[in-house]
Amino acid sequence: MKHTLSVLVENKPGVLSRIAGLFARRGYNIDSLAVGRTEDPAVSRMTIVVEGDERVVEQVTKQLHKLVDVIKLWDMTNEEYVDRELILIKVHADPATRAEIMQIVDIFRARIVDIGRNSLIIECTGDAGKINAIESALRPFGLRELVRTGKIALARGQKQKD
Amino acid sequence: MSITGAEALIKSLEAEGVEVIFGYPGGAVLSIYDALRESSIKHVLVRQEQAAVHAASGYSRVTGRPGVCLATSGPGATNLVTGIATAYMDSIPVIAITGQVATGMVGTDAFQEVDIFGITMPITKHNYLVQKAEDLPRIVREAFHIAKTGRPGPVLIDIPRDVSGVLLEKYEPVTQVDLRGYKPTYRGHPSQIRNLAQMIKEAEKPLIYAGGGILRSGAHEELLALAERINAPVTTTLLGLGGFPENHPLSLGMLGMHGTPYANLAVQQCDLLIGLGVRFDDRVTLSVEHFAPNAKVVHVDIDPAEIGKNVLVDLPIVGDVRLVLEDLLGLVEEKEHPEWIEEIHRLKKEYPLTYGDGKSKLRPQYILEKLAELLRGKEAIVTSDVGQHQMWAAQYGKYVKPNSFLTSGGLGTMGYGVPAAVGAQVGAPKATVVAVTGDGSFQMHMAELATATENNLPIKILLFNNSYLGLVKQLQHFFVEGRYTGVEFTGNPDFVRLVSAYRNACGYRITKPEEVEPVLKEALHNGRLTLIECVISDQELVYPVVPNDKGLDQMIQFPGEE
Repeated sequence: MKHTLSVLVENKPGVLSRIAGLFARRGYNIDSLAVGRTEDPAVSRMTIVVEGDERVVEQVTKQLHKLVDVIKLWDMTNEEYVDRELILIKVHADPATRAEIMQIVDIFRARIVDIGRNSLIIECTGDAGKINAIESALRPFGLRELVRTGKIALARGQKQKD
Repeated sequence: MSITGAEALIKSLEAEGVEVIFGYPGGAVLSIYDALRESSIKHVLVRQEQAAVHAASGYSRVTGRPGVCLATSGPGATNLVTGIATAYMDSIPVIAITGQVATGMVGTDAFQEVDIFGITMPITKHNYLVQKAEDLPRIVREAFHIAKTGRPGPVLIDIPRDVSGVLLEKYEPVTQVDLRGYKPTYRGHPSQIRNLAQMIKEAEKPLIYAGGGILRSGAHEELLALAERINAPVTTTLLGLGGFPENHPLSLGMLGMHGTPYANLAVQQCDLLIGLGVRFDDRVTLSVEHFAPNAKVVHVDIDPAEIGKNVLVDLPIVGDVRLVLEDLLGLVEEKEHPEWIEEIHRLKKEYPLTYGDGKSKLRPQYILEKLAELLRGKEAIVTSDVGQHQMWAAQYGKYVKPNSFLTSGGLGTMGYGVPAAVGAQVGAPKATVVAVTGDGSFQMHMAELATATENNLPIKILLFNNSYLGLVKQLQHFFVEGRYTGVEFTGNPDFVRLVSAYRNACGYRITKPEEVEPVLKEALHNGRLTLIECVISDQELVYPVVPNDKGLDQMIQFPGEE
């Protein structure tokens, strides 16, 4: 099962390496990891999606807690939260298919952000399901390149407590 | 008055009460060594940097304070790595300081540059790459705080040469630590401790399984009080030896792969297993499915990540084991279980730890028994290397005081014994320090004989020479049908002559049982650096042995004399 962890860390050199290294050497599978600074410039928030059963995820969270640079962390999986991912897709588009692609973009409330001679770059945000859906909808036209940010998430309501 | 970064570093170390640094100089630590000249801190120059960490570890274990070691950048730093990993696995507080190339050169593959910050991330409790000299007092304060609190461990501080060389306007001491991500839990949860008291009340066959955490938290008195009050036998791990007096009727000695037969059998029979400051290591449990099958398992440890990692537990308590025991002792009443104690006596009688006859030929077990006898009642510290001799030293040493047996348990680092003895003797100048070693392990760090003689450290090295890597040979004997590969030493030196080449040092050779007592007596009282070579048979095996995939009751026991 996939778990979404929200991890507040000190914004210090080496912190990403500490966390990535911990996952690698203990054999935990990172599905995605997104990191950026928070309202406090000294603190970054990492959203980590990790695959594993309850026992594995318990170990992951305990091992993360042991890192001095980890300030707080929550397993949001069973909480109410909003999550988003951003995808940029460069899709093959000639005059014959362009209209159809634009329809798909509309349906997903995505946007075209660049037009080339035979391609379009499409930007779309949403939860993982929506992102997967637009990716497969556009696949038949020929995906040139794509990039995804990985999931970011925040708990709904009040600021997350321990 | 201006001050260099290096001077600020040394002042900060002095403020932490550091009295000695084990180290090895080099280009990237020139200003640190320069600052050390003016300091009250004594420097012990080792012969290879790994020995500096082991010595700092030995020093830390006997003094209870973090040991400090210092090395230059590049190879100096990488030589520390095995030592740091050794300290990390055994939760020993060590501060490792390394030089680094100048900040402007970092990342350019400069001469003697290595990313020791990156390399040591997985083997330190925390580490630092210092960016500004102004940060040094804070970082040193944090490093000591992190190293010695919570679950102790090594902390590395990597200091670029320009950071140690730069002039600061003034030195501002730092006394407070503010680490929002580091808050160890010391007090156990009261309701969990009440639950433990209840489980103890209900248990008919309680057994205490005590580890290195007892020594790290200084809980030996509380452990003794608990064991006596609830009449529970106590078995310790390799690292827990000395945490419970082995001459006590409730002591079962060590458990695990080479544990005493009665300890292992008692674990399999008990109905309540109280793990205190342990981590259910695979050398203790062997097959986890078969471990303590009849027991409810309690796990007390300061590191929450240890709980539930290797075995599922019925009652977890996160906290400092001494404080948890203190609280627990307020709740438990005296208990008697005559049948269980009788069963323990039966196990001890019917399944003793034995090696047969020590009188007709020279046996390592006999020598270690004699050593234990001669050290009894003295301020004595035994260190060991890694191999058969380590297991015999663990089995037959009969340790009664905490931190009287220093060994590399978790990492199993050959070469630990002699440098750890150097550090232990520096930390406890009046103690009799004996390094028990083998011909394999000794040769990994025999250069440290020079460190010992240079510092007038009268350590005793008890070397078991069978001209083999005995424990590997033993593994090949049991598990690859006796196909011995890469385990024979045909080029060993004459160890007695070797040690005699050092100033104010001497050597003895023991080949017969009747020589053991007189030679040991003389060696222990000669006040000099001494090596005692014991020439033993390469057929000696460590018994019992529990194979990896078996339960603790599936021991291969001593088969008796041929």
